[in-house]
Amino acid sequence: MIDLIVTPFLDFAFMRRALLGCIAISIGATPIGVFLMLRRMSLTGDAMAHAILPGAAVGFLVSGLSLGAMTIGGLIAGMAVALLSGFVTRMTALKEDASMAAFYLISLAGGVLIISVNGNSVDLLHVLFGTVLALNDDALILLCSITTITWFALAVLFRPLVLECADPQFLASVSQLSAITHFGFLALVVLNLVAGFQALGTLMSVGLMILPAAAARFWATGIAGMISVAILVAVASSITGLLLSYHASLPTGPAIILVAGALYAASVIVGPQGSLMARYLPRPHLQS
Amino acid sequence: MPAIVLQDLTLGYDRHPAVHHLDATIPSGSLTAVVGPNGAGKSTLLKGIVGALRPLEGHITLAKSRVAYLPQQAEIDRSFPVSVRDLVAMGLWADIGAFGRVRAGHADRIAMALAAVGLTGFERRSIGALSGGQMQRVLFARLLLQEAQVILLDEPFTAIDAKTAADLMALVQRWHGEGRTVVAVLHDLDTVRAQFPDTLMIAREMVAHGPTASVLTPANLLRARQMCEAFDDDAAVCLPENRGAA
Repeated sequence: MIDLIVTPFLDFAFMRRALLGCIAISIGATPIGVFLMLRRMSLTGDAMAHAILPGAAVGFLVSGLSLGAMTIGGLIAGMAVALLSGFVTRMTALKEDASMAAFYLISLAGGVLIISVNGNSVDLLHVLFGTVLALNDDALILLCSITTITWFALAVLFRPLVLECADPQFLASVSQLSAITHFGFLALVVLNLVAGFQALGTLMSVGLMILPAAAARFWATGIAGMISVAILVAVASSITGLLLSYHASLPTGPAIILVAGALYAASVIVGPQGSLMARYLPRPHLQS
Repeated sequence: MPAIVLQDLTLGYDRHPAVHHLDATIPSGSLTAVVGPNGAGKSTLLKGIVGALRPLEGHITLAKSRVAYLPQQAEIDRSFPVSVRDLVAMGLWADIGAFGRVRAGHADRIAMALAAVGLTGFERRSIGALSGGQMQRVLFARLLLQEAQVILLDEPFTAIDAKTAADLMALVQRWHGEGRTVVAVLHDLDTVRAQFPDTLMIAREMVAHGPTASVLTPANLLRARQMCEAFDDDAAVCLPENRGAA
């Protein structure tokens, strides 16, 4: 049993690297996912992932499979979409979901256009599905740095961010931080998705951001509790997914996300807070 | 020394004025009720004063002081997992800002504010688990901590039981006694007559402003109702030369 769990990591450096990368993403991206979920912006993660894809693809076209070029490309595309949609949301009558959708679709179409005009049979599978089993030193440093930056930024932004989510009018009435908080948070979303696509690909990285947060909703009532549970779920999914893919020769990214999905499904059914079980097998009510 | 001066103030949405050419001076330390029919522009006026809405024309001048604002149905996401204590503590924002620590002295003030609204023991309760009246008490506790010189309340006693309304009204009187300026939008004219020395009656335009007894006359109330019933989609641009004709 121990052999099955520990030996792959002891024997193979690529498994240890993959483990470190996934744990970094789990710790960095899941708190962001919790806030996205609580702000009813879970699908924003998916939209941003689509927005990043063209930037990464352009970086790939310009300088091949280069970590730096693809990261910068993805960051530029993601930040542009975040800033433009945030600007339209705050300055016009359009709501956040619609303005976000508009700009990520434009970004996606632009990316597809650039790639097809250049006529390369670009191997974008790397961008789409990541290379978690081939993370080099640079990629690992990038992932861990982004996780560190995320936690520092969250520590600084935490109070305004909670207030911006719970009572935005009050935040606006007592301070000028509302806009900074909003854009800072979107920047963190982009940063973590860019980190995620190195390992899991643009599409799969959203999974490790949102699924653990959604699962945590059924276990904890406070923000701190939700973040803790979400990180546990994400780390557990990463380890289990890596082992599953090793032993059963499955693709790693989808394996990790499917384990997270299974934990989410279990939480929906048996979690103590507002789950199906809480609804259909209620415990006796308390004295008044 | 006036707390709030409105000069030729026009506020509105999509070019349609909701408050039209309003002139008023609200003295410092006064307790003023804002009354008028639905759609009279009362909430709009408060939004303008607090700076959430840009005037279409005219000026709002505030004495250099801290303003606290309680919106009508506070846009609070009650499903967001925040405890009563944490939400009330945000009233200390001017002291602790975004990054400051809640110190022992602050903790005492939070406890006193919760006691003042009768919510001792609710500190750890999530705001999603409160009734409407309890939530309003929480928001008043937060107002208490804000220590603002000017306090704007938009329908603070609507959809609240008589006991809660009386408790919260006592807090308003306490603020008045402390020399703070309080402006409250109200619909219950009995409360206004009993508790508010001054009244500002608007119906998209000024109807009357002054001591409550001289403002809440049957003639003024009738006039306010009639003035509020028109909304012209094809209204002409409001120019200074044809203002008298409108």
